Amino acid sequence: MSDTATATPDAPPTTVLQATDVTMRFGGLTAVRSVDLTVNSGEIVGLIGPNGAGKTTFFNCLTGLYVPTEGKVTYRGTVLPPKPHLVTKAGIARTFQNIRLFANMTVLENVLIGRHTRTKEGLWSAILRGPGFRNAEAASRARAMELLEFTGLQHKADHLARNLPYGEQRKLEIARALASDPGLLLLDEPTAGMNPQETRATEELVFAVRDQGIAVLVIEHDMRFIFNLCDRVACLVQGEKLVEGTPEVVQADERVVAAYLGTPYEGAPDEGTAAEGIPAETEATDGDHQ
Amino acid sequence: MTTTATTGNTPAPAAEGPGPGVLPLPETAADALVLLGGLATVVSAFMSWTWTSDFPGDLTVYGYPAGLQIIAIVGGVLTVLFGLSRKHVRGLAWLNPARATNPVFLAALSAFVVTWFAALAIAVDLGGLVNLDPGAYVAVVGGLLALLGALGLPHAEGRLRGYFGKPDHLPRAALPAPWLQRLLITLCAALALLAFSYGIGINDDDSETFIGFALLVVFAAWALNAAGLFERFSELNARHQGFATGMAFLAAVAFPFTQSDDHNANLGVNILIFGTVALGLNIVVGLTGLLDLGYVAFLGVGAYAAALVSGSQYSSIHIQFPFWAAALTGMAASLVFGVLIGAPTLRLRGDYLAIVTLGFGEIFRIAVNNLDGSSGPDVTNGPNGISNIPDLKLFGFNFGEGHDIGGFTIGRFANYFFLMLLFTAIVVFVFKRAADSRIGRSWVAIREDETAATAMGINGFRVKLIAFALGATLAGLAGTVSAHVTYSVVPTPYQFAGAAPPNSAFLLAAVVLGGMGTVGGPILGAVLLYLIPEKLGFLQNYELLAFGIALILLMRFRPEGIIPNRRRQLEFHETGQLDVPEDGLPPGTVGATKAEA
Ligand SMILES: Nc1ncnc2c1ncn2[C@@H]1O[C@H](COP(=O)(O)OP(=O)(O)OP(=O)(O)O)[C@@H](O)[C@H]1O
Ligand SMILES: [Mg+2]
Repeated sequence: MSDTATATPDAPPTTVLQATDVTMRFGGLTAVRSVDLTVNSGEIVGLIGPNGAGKTTFFNCLTGLYVPTEGKVTYRGTVLPPKPHLVTKAGIARTFQNIRLFANMTVLENVLIGRHTRTKEGLWSAILRGPGFRNAEAASRARAMELLEFTGLQHKADHLARNLPYGEQRKLEIARALASDPGLLLLDEPTAGMNPQETRATEELVFAVRDQGIAVLVIEHDMRFIFNLCDRVACLVQGEKLVEGTPEVVQADERVVAAYLGTPYEGAPDEGTAAEGIPAETEATDGDHQ
Repeated sequence: MTTTATTGNTPAPAAEGPGPGVLPLPETAADALVLLGGLATVVSAFMSWTWTSDFPGDLTVYGYPAGLQIIAIVGGVLTVLFGLSRKHVRGLAWLNPARATNPVFLAALSAFVVTWFAALAIAVDLGGLVNLDPGAYVAVVGGLLALLGALGLPHAEGRLRGYFGKPDHLPRAALPAPWLQRLLITLCAALALLAFSYGIGINDDDSETFIGFALLVVFAAWALNAAGLFERFSELNARHQGFATGMAFLAAVAFPFTQSDDHNANLGVNILIFGTVALGLNIVVGLTGLLDLGYVAFLGVGAYAAALVSGSQYSSIHIQFPFWAAALTGMAASLVFGVLIGAPTLRLRGDYLAIVTLGFGEIFRIAVNNLDGSSGPDVTNGPNGISNIPDLKLFGFNFGEGHDIGGFTIGRFANYFFLMLLFTAIVVFVFKRAADSRIGRSWVAIREDETAATAMGINGFRVKLIAFALGATLAGLAGTVSAHVTYSVVPTPYQFAGAAPPNSAFLLAAVVLGGMGTVGGPILGAVLLYLIPEKLGFLQNYELLAFGIALILLMRFRPEGIIPNRRRQLEFHETGQLDVPEDGLPPGTVGATKAEA
């Protein structure tokens, strides 16, 4: 369907996302330190780094789940409000590393939730059910079905999300995120736990998303996936951005290899202050009252 | 997804042949025992069970079954029917589509439990086995034979534990004609009405009869469930949703006509109030997943607001609103109270919210207790409350008087029953429509995963506040009727936990017992939680203890509640009844649309 080479946007690229000097501290732990990152329209940008490097934390800072200690995030030139629902409304949608679907809702309903920001029918119209409500509901359903077809889940529309196999759950997360008509899609390890075939299909899906004019920022540990997919790759190590560049540049950088293998290299970030543990599944957990 | 081609007539997957039952009996002998036992139970009901009419229900007369005997007849008939349904008896296949042993066992168990309970109750009440007449012995033996026979029937697992579940797989049903489907729904509604009015009609002093009735209902329902009939029925309901809801309301409308005693209509209206408030709470707890432990306060706000504007001479403001205005006042007051409580607390999650709502609920009760003119401004008349609330008069119809309708006398409480039924209908309507909409979906999303919901663009606080406020408003509406029904409004019922409903703990229990997120669940829960304490007067001080034990048992064995909330169409999927999406879209379209995208 689409190849890396063929997909060059016609319009001159505009900056979609610009993160400047983003720092996130948890008490004494600096999970993300002065990270700058830009994503341009029509781009697929990869974010790599060893476990605990702060990639997910960085995502949470972008999407308003965390309020960064320092720094600024702008989306198409406007500063993002530090509220997740407003960020989504502005046009950034995301998936989660440890799948967070609405397990007891159907596949279709999950995607309909994604439509929430793009519809506005409130309680009154739900009770009165005027033509406006019915039209909006029908339009939402049509759009949701379209997205399910796009991700290849249309035959599962009435299944409970929890009953889907793992790979399809990841796809559903993407469909749900796309339902908010985003300008930028953030994917947190979209192929974790997938077999090579499913990974390949996800690659296709990400290209298809990009071809719809949606910029993509993707975290992944699967290097083949990343280097196939991305126009640009940034590598985070212990909260700091080590390198950024085309896949070839990053792939060739020995500091990246060293960071993954754990070998020290010249000018490595200071051991004492940086992130230490590797709790792989740390997330914006339930019960954070910030 | 299985068996697309099979129809109702093909025998169930018994092809491999289930193994022997728990008791090693030949199958024919076991069958015979079940039938014999069931028949004996029925026959025994026409004999005398005891010599004296001191035992509740008067079981002494030959030929005229009464009280527990009627219940035993039902158990016996059920046993016989299920016993026959396993065989290839024409016309009974629908009763036990999978031809399973479990429903037979459970039906026999119902006969066994009822007869043995009756015999024991007679012996204990009257002091000794000498008080049993031959009929009781026949009943006891009949119940036992049926049970033993059922245990001897072939069974797939052959362990006692396996006898209580329902079949994993039901053969695909051949749906009857649409009019027949509707007739079935109507019959079920009539049956439910019959059971309800029989139960409510049992004299308050006849606790023995009520226990027997409750035992029968539990085990019979269990047997029907094990046969897969509830599943079938909810499928039918899903097909004819509007019709089924209409029938349920029709049955409720018919209820007062089945009762000669206005006291039972009083129970009925209280159950309705309780159930309606529980339904409102279901929006907050069942749909949105907010644990609210002070919900009864909103009922109180509505009741007090209506009482204050009712024109009662004890009201601190001496005005009398017409009822529609009073109802709006009650709703508005509850709404304001709900938003005032919700705005600061809904930023909290989980346990914190529960504790804070518990606190606010108590604050309401204590506040109205103290607004008596001595410890605070005189608004609510303190512990004495607002009494002498006048009866409603709508369009010249005085709710305080009895009326004759078509030969039936409709008393005061029955009048209020009809009014409350209208309000219940409104609440059901609002609940259903709100639940199936953008806002309802966002409530469920918040319940499922609040972080993910906000990341998908839902303003969690706002959506939760709407749920909270809507729940409060609906409770307030119910409160306005309750003020008039009870003549007076006092602070005591609006507490966290008490021996009698409504209180916050009972409301929550009604929602959880009945089934969170459903319409029928909280109403059924309310019926049970109201009727059982009412009819089991002898429990008295142990009511709360029994309530606690019942809760623990239910949470252990059926944590999803009596009516579990499964999404309508989904049921078809998980039981393999309907393959809608599979047929709906040929696989070819997948590739095509994807390529276009
Ligand atoms: N809410 C939090 N409170 C305290 N520490 C946190 C919090 N969230 C993340 N961290 C810490 O920040 C560091 C970075 O974690 P993060 O989850 O961002 O890593 P990651 O790069 O996504 O790793 P992985 O590849 O395993 O997903 C870790 O040391 C983690 O323990
Ligand atoms: Mg991560």
